[in-house]
Parts: sequence; structure tokens; C-alpha cells
Amino acid sequence: MSHQAGSETSKNTAAQRLLAPGDGLRQWWDGLGRPAKWLFGILGFGVLALLPLYTPGFIDTPGISFGGTMAAFVMIAIIAIGLNVVVGQAGLLDLGYVGFYAVGAYTVALLTSPDSPWNKLGAAGFFSKDWAWLSCVPIAMAVTALAGLILGTPTLRLRGDYLAIVTLGFGEIIRLLADNLSDVTNGSRGLNQIAYPRVGESDRLANGVFSSGNSTGHANYGTWWFWLGLLLMIGILLLVGNLERSRVGRAWVAIREDEDAAEVMGVDTFKFKLWAFVIGAGIGGLSGALYAGQVQYVAPTNFNIINSMLFLVAVVLGGQGNKLGVIFGAFIVVYLPNRLLGVHLFGVNLGDLKYLFFGLALVVLMIFRPQGLFPVRQQLLAYASSAKKLLSKADDSKAAA
Amino acid sequence: MLMAANINFNVDGLIGGFWQLTVDGLSWGAIYALVAVGYTLVFGVLRLINFAHSEIFMLGMFGTYFCLDIILGFTPSGNAYNKGVLLTIVYLAIAMIFAMLVSGSAAVGLEFIAYRPLRRRNARPLTFLITAIGMSFVLQEFVHFILPQLIKGYGGSNAQQPIILVQPKAQFTIFGATVSNVTLVIVASALVLALLTDIAINRTKFGRGIRAVAQDSTTATLMGVSRERIIMTTFLIGGLLAGAAALLYTLKVPQGIIYSGGFLLGIKAFSAAVLGGIGNLRGALLGGLILGVMENYGQAVFGTQWRDVVAFVLLVLVLLIRPTGILGESLGKARA
Repeated sequence: MSHQAGSETSKNTAAQRLLAPGDGLRQWWDGLGRPAKWLFGILGFGVLALLPLYTPGFIDTPGISFGGTMAAFVMIAIIAIGLNVVVGQAGLLDLGYVGFYAVGAYTVALLTSPDSPWNKLGAAGFFSKDWAWLSCVPIAMAVTALAGLILGTPTLRLRGDYLAIVTLGFGEIIRLLADNLSDVTNGSRGLNQIAYPRVGESDRLANGVFSSGNSTGHANYGTWWFWLGLLLMIGILLLVGNLERSRVGRAWVAIREDEDAAEVMGVDTFKFKLWAFVIGAGIGGLSGALYAGQVQYVAPTNFNIINSMLFLVAVVLGGQGNKLGVIFGAFIVVYLPNRLLGVHLFGVNLGDLKYLFFGLALVVLMIFRPQGLFPVRQQLLAYASSAKKLLSKADDSKAAA
Repeated sequence: MLMAANINFNVDGLIGGFWQLTVDGLSWGAIYALVAVGYTLVFGVLRLINFAHSEIFMLGMFGTYFCLDIILGFTPSGNAYNKGVLLTIVYLAIAMIFAMLVSGSAAVGLEFIAYRPLRRRNARPLTFLITAIGMSFVLQEFVHFILPQLIKGYGGSNAQQPIILVQPKAQFTIFGATVSNVTLVIVASALVLALLTDIAINRTKFGRGIRAVAQDSTTATLMGVSRERIIMTTFLIGGLLAGAAALLYTLKVPQGIIYSGGFLLGIKAFSAAVLGGIGNLRGALLGGLILGVMENYGQAVFGTQWRDVVAFVLLVLVLLIRPTGILGESLGKARA
């Protein structure tokens, strides 16, 4: 019996070691003190920010702008952080997350596109030309959070699988609304010429560094959007990190692990689930606003339900609950298809096969490593540092005695 | 209000075409019902939303097409074949059996490859659902990109050239609604299959095993029911019915054979299962019919482009008002 169990675990660990590139890295990270974490974090993000300028040959994406790829990555990373709050922290499977992305993007588009009847840009408009995009970002986040509230209030009484299907339905309804309400959203033709930040206007770049006219060289508009997105992402990371360590975060973990037990212990589960939903939605809206600004065009087909699945892949791949892990997941989800875009194998373009590979990755991961590549580690969330001190003090006194 | 222009509110259209809409809705509902049975049985036994069931249905459509095209030798053309009533029925029966075999074996294979390893590891319910989503991706993309490499002219980004075996033709009228031969075939075959399934679940020894596992799998195992075999049978039955539904669907929509063609129908069939009470066989059949009819009414009132929205809104409303569905949950308790 014991022998059998032993061989079973050794087999498991072999498979797990193969799928766990990050365990050593995480141990090192957990061992660092807080100032050291900040130092290495700033260094890490600094290196990341410089990547598009000094792109090493082996990670470059041939045939497609590397800056643009990184901009897409940072948008999906923000989405993954938002979805991670909902799925990873609170354990609510949301399959319609793309709906929030769409709401965020359409809010900016409707307010600033000349095709829209609600356009507030222009001579008589409410927004100034230079600051239109930036002032739309908080509006987009607020509108999306409100959408999350409206969606969450009735549906969060449902549990697990039902919630997944209802959110899937809502995601699809939002896309169909965008498609069908053609008086407002211009239907499947989409909305054009959305505002973007007018910064760094010069003779060469009449519309600034964020315009699609800035398309040559390393510091093209994709790179600028990547930098902007990276800044916003760091802000979101700090916000979500603080939430995680707060009472709210502990309530989420309790709900995720056992909703009934949490309820019995006095956690207002509905309230905290709703908070998770609303915060996640707001973050999704932010990413949508970034997307609308960069592409300057939104159309319903960009918000197909399959994107929701892709976001979910990023979260599950990176490790549900681990906000740094899901950023890595987002990187894989965006980078690999772009990297493999021009690679052909047996007459099939490998870039086309992304959904096939991601599907396979999901299935294999769920069997061998359901917690993802960089799983979150349960720790003493509330009193971690003081508990650690207490323990070490106890050890010291024992050693002295 | 600006928005109002895109939504009709045409109640007269609903009243005027009521019976025609009902008849057409029933033929849609029959297809939903057959697919919904697959969802409901698996949910009853495993508590799992088999998200990849829509892809089982999609494979059934390709199975139908393969059978008609290669085995029976029909070449795709814009015109309908006219082979006489008897011969057409024989051809359809052969194609249906082939499609059922394709879908049935795909469903069992899916269970074997994806879900069985998870059960052995006692995975959490969410893990099952994510696996199901993954398999749904894999099957869709297989047909999208790999199948064209294996069989020339199959799969890929475009729908298959339609093979039309039955030209829709009015047969008779009832309450002023014309009933076409396609509707007749769909409703009749769905009725027969539903009846057979109901008998299989409620009257046979295997069916008793399924109900026992659905009710309490541990006790059922103690009573000598092989849980694994029951689960496999459940997937098989769901797959067979999805294959049959696929053939009926291609009669109605011959141009709908495409890799992504199962997705929406799958979600609607799942909604139908929830509507009737998921886990409940008769509930799934009833829910399918109701969804098909309601969708048609909604389409008449609000406009064609809102058809899918009607289905989703219905699903959401049902889950909010009565999450257990019309006939209540539980396969085991349904026939107490």
C-alpha cells in the first residue's frame, strides 16, 4: 500500500516538475524582503519596458511589429489581472468577460468617434481634443463597473456552473447588442476614428506619438501604447495587491475555498462576490479603453465569445489567484501566436493553430497541474509578517534556552 | 429614444402568424431537444456541463456530410436531388446511423481522453468545466485546420457545399399553417428517438443503472452498478442523439456545416436543458420544444436579428426565477 502510494507520488512529481518552471523562481521571490521585492520588481518592469527598443533577435516577432505585440500583451495582461480577481480570487467562473472589455471599448468609441450619435468630441463637444481619451478612461471604467453591478446583482445568487453559462449568455448578448443597435453603434461596420492621447506632436508626427502614423522604428505607436499600458498595469497591480491583503481579499479566498463555511463564519458572501465582479469588470473596462484608443476602431467581431475563452486560458495557464502568474499567462497567449505567425508545418500555419494549442494546453494542464504554471501559495494573509516575526522570536528563545 | 428604432414590437405579426410560427418553432425545438438530452444526461450523472457537447454535434454534421458525399456518392450541387420518397428515406436513415456512430464514438472518446483522468484524480468541478472548454477548442480547431489536411475539401474556414436531399415542399396545412416535408421528417424522427430514449432510461436495466448513479453514485456502486460503464453509456446516448440531431439540422440548414456551427446551437440546447430542469430527461425534451417555439415568437415580435438574444434572455430569466427549471432537477427523482 505504502509502496504503491510512493510510486504514485514520484510519478506525479515528475510530471509536475515538467510543468512547473516557476517553482524555484517563486521560492526565491518569496524569500526576498519587501524593499528587495520592490527593487527587483522595478528592475523587472524596467527591462520589460526596454524590450521593444532593444529587441533581442530570438524573441522578435518577424512580420509583425514587436511593439504592437507588446501593446496587445499588456492589454491582455490587464484583462487577465481583472479576470483573476473574479476567477482566481473569488472563484467565480466568468465566461462572458469579453462583454466588459467590449463595454469599455464601446464607451470610449461612442463618446469620441465621429460615427457615433453620442460623440462629444469636436468643436461644440464637451471634451478637448488633447485630453479626450484620458478623460474617457475613468468614464469607461465607471460604466463598465456599473455594467458589472447590473449583471452581477441578479446572477451572483447562482453558483458554479450556472453562473458560468449565464455570464456566457451575457457576453454574447452584449456583442449582439453592439451588432444590432446599428443606430447607435453603427452595427457591424463599427466605429472609426476614436480619440487617442495627443502627446509629442511634432513636424514629423503631426498627430503625436500615439497615433498610428507613428509606425516606423522601434519606438512606434505600439511601443508607446505598451509603455502607457504598462504604467496602468502597475497601478492596477498595486491596487489589486492591496485588496488581496485586505479584509476583502481574505473574504474572497474564504468564498473561493468554501462558500458555505464562509457564510457561516459571517462573511457576507453576496456582497463580496459582487465586489469582485464589479472590480473585475472595471479593470476589464480599462483594458477595453486602451484597446479602443490604440486601434481607433471597434467592431462587434472583435468581441467574440472565443476571446473570453482566450482570457480564461491566460488566467488558468498562469495560475489562478497569482496576479504575476497570470501576466505570464497573458504573455504566452499573445506572444506565441504572433511569434509563430509565419512558421509553416505540413502546410499549416502554426499561428492559425493557436486555439488548438491553447485547448490542448488547457486539457493537459487540468489533468497534470490544475493549479496552473505559477500557482498561488496559500499563506497567512492577514498577519503574515508579524506571525513570521513571532515564530522566529520563539525559535530564538528556544535556541537561547 | 434612439435605440428604439432597431427593435420592433410587432405583436400583430405574432398573432397573425401564430400557428405557422409554432409549427416552425417545433421543428427547431425538436433539434434542440435531442441535443439537450446529451447535456442533461451527463449533468445528471456527473454534475458536469459538457461544454464540448456542441462539438460532438458539429462532428455529427460532418459525419452526415461524409456519408452522403463519399459513401452514398451524392455530389454537392445547388439543386435538390429527387430520388422518390422511399429511397430518400433509406438514404437519410443510412446517413443518420452513420452520423450517430460518428458522434457517439466521439462522445465516448471525449469522455475517455479528457474526463476520465480527471475523475481518477478527484478534480474540482471547475477543473472539469475548463477541460470541457479546452476540448471544445480542440475539436473545433481540429475541423478548422487539421481536417482539410486529412480529407480534401472538408473542414476549413468555409461551410461545406450543401448536399440537398430533401427539397422543402408543403405537405398539408393545419390551422392555416403549412407543414413542409422537412418539418415532418424532423418532428417525426425526433419524436421516435425521444420515445426510445425515454424507454431506455426509464424501463431498461441500463436505464435504472443511470438513474441510480445520478441519484447516489456511491450507493449505486455498492449495489453492483459499474459507475464507469454507466458514465460511458451516458456519453454514448448523448452522442448518438446529437448525431441524429445533426442530420436533422442539416436537412433544415444544408449550408450550416461549418466548424463553428455547433457552438450557438449547443448553448441554446443547454439553455433548453436548464429550462426544462437540468438532469431531467423529459425536462430536456420539453425545454427544447419550448425554447424553439419561444425563439420563433420572439423573432416575430422583435425582429429576426434578435432571435439569439431572445434565447439567452430566456435562459437568464429562467435561471433567475426558477433555477431548477420547469420540471425540476434530478434524473433520479424525476420518475419516483
